[in-house]
Amino acid sequence: MSKNIKLRKGLDINLAGKAEAILESAPMAKSYAVSPLDYENVTPKLLVKVGDKVEVGTALFFDKNNPRILFTSPVSGVVSAINRGEKRKLLNVAVEPDQQQTVKELKVVDAAKAERSEIVEMLLQSGLWTRIVERPYGVIANPELTPKAIFVSAFDSAPLAPDYNFVLKEEKSAVEAGMAVLARLTDGKVHLSARYGNEGYMSEVKGVEYHTFSGKHPAGNVGVQIHHIDRIAKGDIVWTVNIQDVALIGRLVLGGKLDMTKTIAVTGSEAGKCCYKRVISGAAIESLVKVEGNVRVISGNVLTGRKVSADGYLTADANQLTLIPEGDVYELLGWAMPRFHRFSVSRAYFSWLCPKKEYKLDTNLNGGERPFVVTGLYENYLPMDIYVSYLLKAILVQDLDKMENLGIYEVLPEDLALCEFVDPSKINMQQIVRDGINTMIKES
Amino acid sequence: MGLRKFVDKIKPTFSEGGKLGFLHSTFEGFETFLYVPNTTTTRGSHIRDCNDIKRVMIVVVLALIPALLFGMYNIGYQAGIEGVFPAFWFGFLKMLPMIIVSYVTGLAIEFAFAQKRKHEINEGFLVSGLLIPMVMPITVPLWIVALSTAFAVVIGKEVFGGTGMNVFNPALLARAFAFFAYTPQMSGEAVWYADGKTGATALEQLASTGEMQWSAMDAFFGFIPGSVGETSTCAILIGAAILLFTGVASWRIMLSVFVGGLAFGYLFDAVGMTEYPAYYHLLVGGFAFGAVFMATDPVTSAQTNTGKWIYGFMVGALAVLIRVVNPAYPEGMMLSILFMNALAPLIDYFVVERNVARRKKLIKNVK
Repeated sequence: MSKNIKLRKGLDINLAGKAEAILESAPMAKSYAVSPLDYENVTPKLLVKVGDKVEVGTALFFDKNNPRILFTSPVSGVVSAINRGEKRKLLNVAVEPDQQQTVKELKVVDAAKAERSEIVEMLLQSGLWTRIVERPYGVIANPELTPKAIFVSAFDSAPLAPDYNFVLKEEKSAVEAGMAVLARLTDGKVHLSARYGNEGYMSEVKGVEYHTFSGKHPAGNVGVQIHHIDRIAKGDIVWTVNIQDVALIGRLVLGGKLDMTKTIAVTGSEAGKCCYKRVISGAAIESLVKVEGNVRVISGNVLTGRKVSADGYLTADANQLTLIPEGDVYELLGWAMPRFHRFSVSRAYFSWLCPKKEYKLDTNLNGGERPFVVTGLYENYLPMDIYVSYLLKAILVQDLDKMENLGIYEVLPEDLALCEFVDPSKINMQQIVRDGINTMIKES
Repeated sequence: MGLRKFVDKIKPTFSEGGKLGFLHSTFEGFETFLYVPNTTTTRGSHIRDCNDIKRVMIVVVLALIPALLFGMYNIGYQAGIEGVFPAFWFGFLKMLPMIIVSYVTGLAIEFAFAQKRKHEINEGFLVSGLLIPMVMPITVPLWIVALSTAFAVVIGKEVFGGTGMNVFNPALLARAFAFFAYTPQMSGEAVWYADGKTGATALEQLASTGEMQWSAMDAFFGFIPGSVGETSTCAILIGAAILLFTGVASWRIMLSVFVGGLAFGYLFDAVGMTEYPAYYHLLVGGFAFGAVFMATDPVTSAQTNTGKWIYGFMVGALAVLIRVVNPAYPEGMMLSILFMNALAPLIDYFVVERNVARRKKLIKNVK
């Protein structure tokens, strides 16, 4: 076993609304949706129209940039709506499910014996290929390439994040089968990283390079783990897969058919009952929680998740749903007050007095956006050898060489989410990183 | 709440297209001062730390208060006024016009620029506006305060793009401007004292004769003549404690300034160029004030942690070097910080280049 990697930088934000270790089955939703917006740099081209009958695994649209990449339906039923936004931009394809679910026939191959190209084709056809993320840039993996290595994080350290040991309790064989598939996709290693002291059965998974990490968030971010295991240099390609998606891949090869059921944690101070729910990917939010009052629904965690409306859908990458209060209220002389109910890493406030307190934070920006003023703060919340403000400034002036030199290949927006959280200047760092990555993609 | 209703009622008047729309930024500045705005996160992290730049700046202002209060008292004390309260009151009345002039001049310019650029008002001047009168001699005419403030804000800050973009510490620039443009009013034997009482400061005495008429204890507690804020190392250290505890100022810089100053102090002592103990440097003149409140300005100091050590050490070392070697400027702190402000980006450049080099080495290892 390799040595435990201990990270000293980071922050655990102690929020109210942790999911209890109770698993419930969510009822079948009225509709399910697949959205190209859940992915970066996808130009969707539709394959279905409203009224078409689809099965589990029927392709709904593909990516024009890479026509082999298919986005498939998680349920069988009828395409009920094709929602478009401004300039006819495709928002999502909604499917109304049948009572009796039927699954599209797929050529499922044995990962141990089949050609690599056959495995790739199987994943592409099933739509599960879209769950493989390529770094640099955090886009869907290019099926024409072979990565240097594949990284899987077996734990999520974000606020209120699901405990994958609980989520995947019954799925050990699926996880192992999924890992075996991943192992065929790379010539290098498949790295699996678990949380030190809470490893579950992860240490028993065979055929992987096993690591443990300890420390605060973002220790569970796969980008941070890559940085400490095998850094991405210019020209490197690595892939990452979420551990629950590994189980989906495993279930495909074990059961011979696509099954998009997963377990998500319903969390947050406004969620009512916080627990785990068994759902099918892309389910309508209303089937999961009742949204009451002025609440923000986040598909994902509070740092990196996507804001969805109460009548929206779970995003494809979601393992968690978080409900927190909106913060669109004025606060009289707030910046001068003690603010015991709010959280700050700065000792200019008093959170340091009660480290165990669970906070019920809202979405208020808590100030106005300002230029970069403070220094030395951000680096404390990114356990990587990266100068955050220098990288961000290089992105803002669109200096490609500098972006490359300062580490754009090593980060995704999610890695800077904590820096964004603590920033008193309220700079939207994740957006800046995303813009920088898009610039790099456009120029390369 | 009544106040909120009132603000909401007058808001349209000051908004774009309103009758007083040209005062948009000004109104917004006052509104956000009164109320933390109701803006919610739209992109990125949905929750945010409740710390903001207003809080950061107000902490610095708080940290300045002990030195300011003592400074006011000391004005009266140096003028020979008996009793704590009368002396303080005397100093308060002397100091208040300078503070008002500095704030009014500076904020007026800040507001005008923010208005023109359609920016939000930046809080940085809350600190600079208090620092400027604190680094001036109390006898300086108010028009010089106004002029140097204007110079510092316009040339020092706004031409670079405002708060966060400036190269030099605005308050020090104001002092430097006054120092070089109006030398007779700023230095020499005619100032630092109030109302007709003149004499050389501790620094000038040390520079010319190698000793001073006050004890080290007097210098530490601040019962010596000097600019309002700088005399009491004790009061400054209280401020330092606030800044360090809240994490607003960099302990790396503060510590390394003192280390740099002491190191060079001992060096000059050892080679016999000075005849007073090295720690005197930290007690007299603006050394402590500069180290705690000026050198640690995050915008104009080095930004990388390694850079901060180098920057701080050089500030302290240069200050003592100027004090000892250059007889024309008995006070080296101002020049040394300004000089290092100019060099800070260069220091950071080399630190960041090492980071880049580490990353480039990675490519070679792979291939």
